Parts: sequence; structure tokens; C-alpha cells
Amino acid sequence: MLSWYKDMLLIRRFEEKAGQLYGMGLIAGFCHLYIGQEAVVVGVQGALEEGDQVVTGYRDHGHMLATGMDPNGVMAELTGREGGYSRGKGGSMHMFSRDKNFFGGHGIVGAQVPIGTGLALSNKYKENGKISVTYFGDGAANQGQVYESFNMAKIWDLPVVYVIENNQYAMGTSVKRSSSETHLYKRGVSFNIPGEEVDGMDVVAVNEAAAKAAEHARSGNGPYILEMKTYRYRGHSMSDPAKYRTREEVDDIRSHSDPIEGAKKKILEAGYADEDALKKMDKEIKEIVSDSADFARESPEPNPDELYTDVLIEG
Amino acid sequence: MPAMNMIQALNSAMDILLTQNPDVVMFGEDSGYFGGVFNATDKLQAKHGAHRVFDTPINEAAIAAMAIGMAAKGLKPVAEIQFSDYIFPAFDQIVSEMSRIRYRSAGQFTSGCVLRSPWGGGIRGGQTHSMSPEAFFTHIPGVKVAIPSNPYDAKGMLIAAAEGNDPVIFFEPKRIYNGPFDGVPDAPLKSWAKHPKGEVPEGHYRVELGKAEVTREGSACTVVTYGTLVHVAEHAAEKSGIDAEIIDLKSLSPYDIDTIAASVNKTGRAIVAHEAPRTSGFGAELAAQIQEDCFYALEAPVLRLTGWDTPYPHAHEWAYFPIQSRFIRAMEAVTKAV
Repeated sequence: MLSWYKDMLLIRRFEEKAGQLYGMGLIAGFCHLYIGQEAVVVGVQGALEEGDQVVTGYRDHGHMLATGMDPNGVMAELTGREGGYSRGKGGSMHMFSRDKNFFGGHGIVGAQVPIGTGLALSNKYKENGKISVTYFGDGAANQGQVYESFNMAKIWDLPVVYVIENNQYAMGTSVKRSSSETHLYKRGVSFNIPGEEVDGMDVVAVNEAAAKAAEHARSGNGPYILEMKTYRYRGHSMSDPAKYRTREEVDDIRSHSDPIEGAKKKILEAGYADEDALKKMDKEIKEIVSDSADFARESPEPNPDELYTDVLIEG
Repeated sequence: MPAMNMIQALNSAMDILLTQNPDVVMFGEDSGYFGGVFNATDKLQAKHGAHRVFDTPINEAAIAAMAIGMAAKGLKPVAEIQFSDYIFPAFDQIVSEMSRIRYRSAGQFTSGCVLRSPWGGGIRGGQTHSMSPEAFFTHIPGVKVAIPSNPYDAKGMLIAAAEGNDPVIFFEPKRIYNGPFDGVPDAPLKSWAKHPKGEVPEGHYRVELGKAEVTREGSACTVVTYGTLVHVAEHAAEKSGIDAEIIDLKSLSPYDIDTIAASVNKTGRAIVAHEAPRTSGFGAELAAQIQEDCFYALEAPVLRLTGWDTPYPHAHEWAYFPIQSRFIRAMEAVTKAV
């Protein structure tokens, strides 16, 4: 529990810092913050085994930190520097780590869903006992290729857990206005894929559901859908003033359902740690994040020759 | 005449289209209630109703395909693909259905519609928000491709596209939505208010598709380009003192070879420029046609100034993008070549 709390806090503080660097002009272009949704990736990651794969969309910083990727390398990719995970070639939405089995950040909405299904097929072919965790949002849930993937995943009983992060807004369009069936966990019904709704603001509930889904997929029963009911506090991207929802709505969720505050309360009640210990932890995390920002500022601009590398292996 | 930026000009065009033709409908991702990610459809839903300006789910294939069905049954869809980088799920429908329904029904049905889409680089959007995919579409007989470079043309061309009977892929250079770009990356944003093409009539007018425009007359060489790079080319000519003639192509399919040929026959030297990668880019088509039509007038090889043959980069954006200094070097090279 304490470790989940720490992981969630790292993501929160990292994203706050990324927002600051964006405001200072050190991060350019598009930047989608994960603040509010931390319990989802932390709870799911806690149910995975070494070697399981993770793939997601463009709101990807939290997923990367949860897989254990180095905050320095993630932040330096945001600033487009040599020390970034893609050496500045990808930016916020397009980062990868072979070491941590993180198959990207993908900027095209829904594109990662068939890719994650392909990862699962690879697992099955190689009989390696691993699963693919394929994240996507409520907006992506309406893309046609999601359903092409669901069908194939069930025909062949592929070891994949589809995690739908339903933060209730596809940029400015709410689920109610974009989806005929707003209970997205039911989207697998016509493919015979089981699904369930999960309180995505509660890291314990997320972890329990993910453990069950992972076990289902790993033991040869095929895909499983988890709909995480969650919420993003910030705009869709840094340029979104979020006019499509009220300040009260955001404040209400922040004050009643915040995943980090919820975990903190449980920790204190159960006596896993006291206030002082948690404060100390926060201070340590702030240092890690501050170091990552320094690294991302000081890491050199990538060499211009890098423009032409990695296009083809044999050019 | 009021000063408008490109967003305001496009919004004005769409407002007029909705007002004048009850069969016009607009839709796309976040286009209705939200008013579009770049505010191009701002307030149109409130004014014209949610049955005429509406949000779709994130479904590019269906957005394009529904437009075909709607057009075949008498509506005039003006749909939006949120970024031109997102258009590829719709590519099959555009290639296989939209472009051919007239041909294969021997003219009984048409798919006259407009797909608008923010296009091009220069905003640090990285791989999936910066592309210039026009050459994929100029290779499809049966769809038109248009790219305005200023507010006046944006409004007039969008009205002309929507009032025509053919499907039009309408790419909007998002870097210059709010002001022209002179191709110096860190220079502060300029306003359209001080640009002659930022003066936009409030009422209805058309800028016909298929016609290019000489935006700067000159004798040293011809630069054929479109979109954001029109402004970069103009500023490069001013900065370098090289007396280049600049042609804003505006329509890529069909394109105005007569205006290009007249210019190249005069100058004897030509640069074709675009942001998209070099190989099989639209510049290759232009260079080939210039060579066929102007061979005996040419005093130097036609030069292509383009993005490189790489995915659109994040950190290396200004190494990739044909910025002002690259234009000046190209102009020097083509005018010195013998």
C-alpha cells in the first residue's frame, strides 16, 4: 500500500513539474497530463509480472513511471533532449522502453489497441506465459479498430487485458454525447469477452480487479476488459481550458475521490505510516522530480545527424 | 473590410454556408459543442442548431464515409478531420468510395463534400500532429485537394469547395491560423491584421479552385509552393534580395500548370517547395511537369526544397522544416547554377 502511494505520488509530482516546465517554454508542442488518474496505472502495474507488456495512448507519462522507467529519461524526452528515452525524436506522446516492456505512447487515438493485441498474439505463439496490458481511453473506445481487435483477441483467446481509462471526456466531448452505451465494460459482450467496471480512483479496487483479469488472460481464457472509472483534473492537453465542464465538477471529484488522498487516509488509519513519514516521502519524491527536471534542462540538444538515424535499419 | 485571422475567416465561410444552404451540415470530433480544437467551428452549433453542427465520436473512417452517403442523398457535408495526421483511418473510404462513386455510377451519384483538416508543421506537434499528407491525396483521381495560405483565400476557397459538386480535401496550414510565418523559428508571432490578405469581406465570395496566384513578381527564379511556405518564400526573397517570383499554388489537384509554366518560361529557374518528405512528394510531380512544359526555357535543374525523408521529428523540427535560411540557400543555388 505504501509503495502504491509512493508510486502515485511520484506520478502526481512529476506531472505537476511537467506542467511547470511547459509553462516555462521548456516543453514544446503537445503535453497531456495524467493528474487524477494515478490509481489506474499503479494498481494495474502491481498485478503484473516481470515481462508483461504495457502499451497505451498519448497520455502516457504515468504508465511509463509505473513500469519503472527513469523519471530523468521521461522528462528529458518531454524537453526533446539527447537524454530522453527516444533521444528527442518522439516527445511527450511517443516514448518506449524495451527494458521495461513499455511499447509506447501512441499519438493516434486507438492505434495502440490492435498493436497491444499483436503483442498478446506474440505471447501466445511463444508460449511465454506473459500478457499484454493494452490501455485506451473512452474516446478511443469508439474507434473501429478496437472492435476488430476484440473479435480477433477472442477468436484466438489471446492473453490481453484491455484497460479502458474512462476519464469521461474525449477532449471536450463527454461519454454521454459520444457513446450509445456508456458502460464501456459492456463493449465486449457481443464478442464474448468478459468485462467489469472498476472504481479507478481506488488503487486497491484497481489492483484486485487487475489481478483477476491478468489471471484470466494468463491462464488461457482469452481477453478481459476492465473499465476504470476515473477523472483527469487538468485539461485534455496544456492548451485546453476545459470549458466543457464546470469548476465545481472538478473540485467535487478532487475533494471527495482523489486517489492519493484516499490511499493516504487508508495508510494512516491502518497505521502503515504516520504523517511525518508521508511528509518525508513527499520530500524525497519532490527531490527525484526536481532532479529529473534539472536533468531534462541540462541534457544536450540531440545531434542534428540524429534526424536521419533509425528511419530504416538498412537504408 | 474587417481584419480576420484564418480561423475567423473559415468560421465566417462556414457560417455563410450554413445560412445560405439548408442542406449544409458540419460534423467532426469536438467540432460541435466544443467548437473545434482550433475554434474553427466556434459558436456555429449554438447559432445553427445541433442537428446541423454536431460532434462525432472519434471515428475518422465513418466521418468520411458518412459524408459520402449524406452527399449521395442530397446533403452537403463539410466535415472535419481534427488533424490531417488522423485522416488515415478514412483513407480507404476516400480512395475506394469517395473518389469513385461518380465514375462507377456513370454520374448518377456524386459525393460532393468537403473534408477540412488542420495540416502541416511548425507547431512542435511531433510525429502525429505535424504531417503534410497531401501527396497521398493528389494521387487519387476523383478528389480535389486545396490548401489556402491566408485568411482571404481560406474563406473564399472553402465557400467555392462547398459550393462545388466534387469531393474536396481541404487542408488548412495550422501554423499560420493566427498569423503569417516568415520561417524564422523563434521570431514572435505576427498578426494577420497587418497582412493584405488578412482583410476579409464579411459577406459571400468565392476564390475558385484550380487557380494559382503569383504573390510576388520577380525575374531571378520561380518558387512554386503552398500553405505556410508561401510566406517563408516571400520573406526569404525580401531578406536575401534575390528577386524571386513566388507562386502560391492554392489548389494541388487540379493544379494550375499554366501560371507555373508562364513564370518558369520567364525566369528559366524553378524551385518547388513543400514541408512533406522529398521522395514521391508533390514537388516531384511539379518538377516533372515543369520539365515537360518548360524544358527549353530552363537554365538550371528544377530544385526541390522539402522536408527530409524521415518521420516528422520532435526535437529536430527546425532541422526538418524548410525554414527561411534553407529557402535563401536554395534561391542562391538555383540562380547561380548554369
